[in-house]
Amino acid sequence: MCLAGGLTLRARYTSDDTFDHGDYAVSIRGLAKSFGRTPALRGIDLDVPAGRALSLLGPNGSGKTTLINILATLTKPDAGQVRVGGIALDKEGSRIRREIGVVTHDPLLYDDLTARENLRFTCRMFNLDRIDERVEHVTDLVGMSNRLDQRCGAMSHGMKKRFSIARSLLHDPSVLLMDEPDSGLDQEALGLLDALISDRSNARRTVIMTTHNLDRAIALGDRVAILSNGRVVYHEPASDVDEKSAREAYSRHTGGAR
Amino acid sequence: MKAYLTPILAILAKDLLLERRTKDILVSMLVFGLLVIVVFNFAIDPTPGMVAMVAPGILWVAITFGGVLGLNRSFGVEKERGNLRGLMLAPVGRDAIYFGKFLANFIFMLAVEAVIYPVFAVMFNFSLAIPGLIPVALLATAAIAAVGTVFSAMAVNTRSREVMLPILFLPVVVPVIIGAVSATGALIGSGDPEDLTRWIPFMAAFDAVFLVVCPVAFSFIIEE
Repeated sequence: MCLAGGLTLRARYTSDDTFDHGDYAVSIRGLAKSFGRTPALRGIDLDVPAGRALSLLGPNGSGKTTLINILATLTKPDAGQVRVGGIALDKEGSRIRREIGVVTHDPLLYDDLTARENLRFTCRMFNLDRIDERVEHVTDLVGMSNRLDQRCGAMSHGMKKRFSIARSLLHDPSVLLMDEPDSGLDQEALGLLDALISDRSNARRTVIMTTHNLDRAIALGDRVAILSNGRVVYHEPASDVDEKSAREAYSRHTGGAR
Repeated sequence: MKAYLTPILAILAKDLLLERRTKDILVSMLVFGLLVIVVFNFAIDPTPGMVAMVAPGILWVAITFGGVLGLNRSFGVEKERGNLRGLMLAPVGRDAIYFGKFLANFIFMLAVEAVIYPVFAVMFNFSLAIPGLIPVALLATAAIAAVGTVFSAMAVNTRSREVMLPILFLPVVVPVIIGAVSATGALIGSGDPEDLTRWIPFMAAFDAVFLVVCPVAFSFIIEE
């Protein structure tokens, strides 16, 4: 995260914690997960190069959120290997969490705290320095500076979502996992979100974003993948995909019109 | 060490700030504890012999069951908005989350005891100027908070967490409650003085064991 004057807000860690990206920021092999007898993921293979954005599409229940939760170390897979920045997910979850920013369906904000208090709390949980500077910067990015001292319980869903996105950026993560970040956002916020995802000033940032919006998936992703029934059924560079072909592919692979 | 303590203290500070705003935990624990004392005060014949015999039990029933109410809220507030996931996304060990929540629960219980003890002393007519009451209260409260924090995290994922927590938690802390009642009885003169040398080391050992075991168990519990 670069500020004016070249000031950087990269999280400060000791040298032995240097994050090695390897060839892929995220590499997934044979990932499987079931909830009881219901399979959610059935052998996912997926690679996302560092600095690229992957848009994940799929109908409800296709496994998008489960995949994001596994990458975020919130859910343990039943089988398969996941490496984030070359680090095995099952070995060093804590180290991986330093490098990922996560936007979930829930805003992950305490209703009885102000947005500033919520963001400061996250900074302390991440052991970050220059807390006030970071908080001001990320709220600027999501256009919510004037709401920093408002309690989150008094905010609309869209406002909370914006702060949730700000929260995920506090430690300047190299991998951004966003589960339907566009849900509930107004046009202005969508514009800010699009700018944030497509911002290539941070060349090392990798984005994995789930969405139901096909246009946004094509516009923001370097690659577009479709999940259906826990499998990756379509995975193409966004440059090779137009809206019509994407719609056809979606209908063909998911068995539903879009 | 500072890196390890920072998130623990952050969780503690956050819980204290939330409580200052909402007063959910302290008010419910305090009102419940005071009600238990008042009800028992009217229910039993407060002759000196009777008071000395039943007072320690009444005191620890009030503290333990009041504590259950607070422990229920402890992870309820994390679960309601999915905030437990927010904690789990921090690059810290799960044990740091446990210790942050444990410290908050411990402090809330001590704060309630700071009010309950004087009220109890007045209503049951015994002296508070017994230094031994403090270590007994600290050791027993630490045990209740240590075990309760784990079971609170476990119960919060069940449909009827208000019922599940006491069912899961009370059988485990029964030895500590017996110890606290016996030691308090010895201190206020109704019990065997040797109970102190028996139960205080037991409670200290219980704390030591469960403050090692509980963070490990907590890590498994909050992972899916």
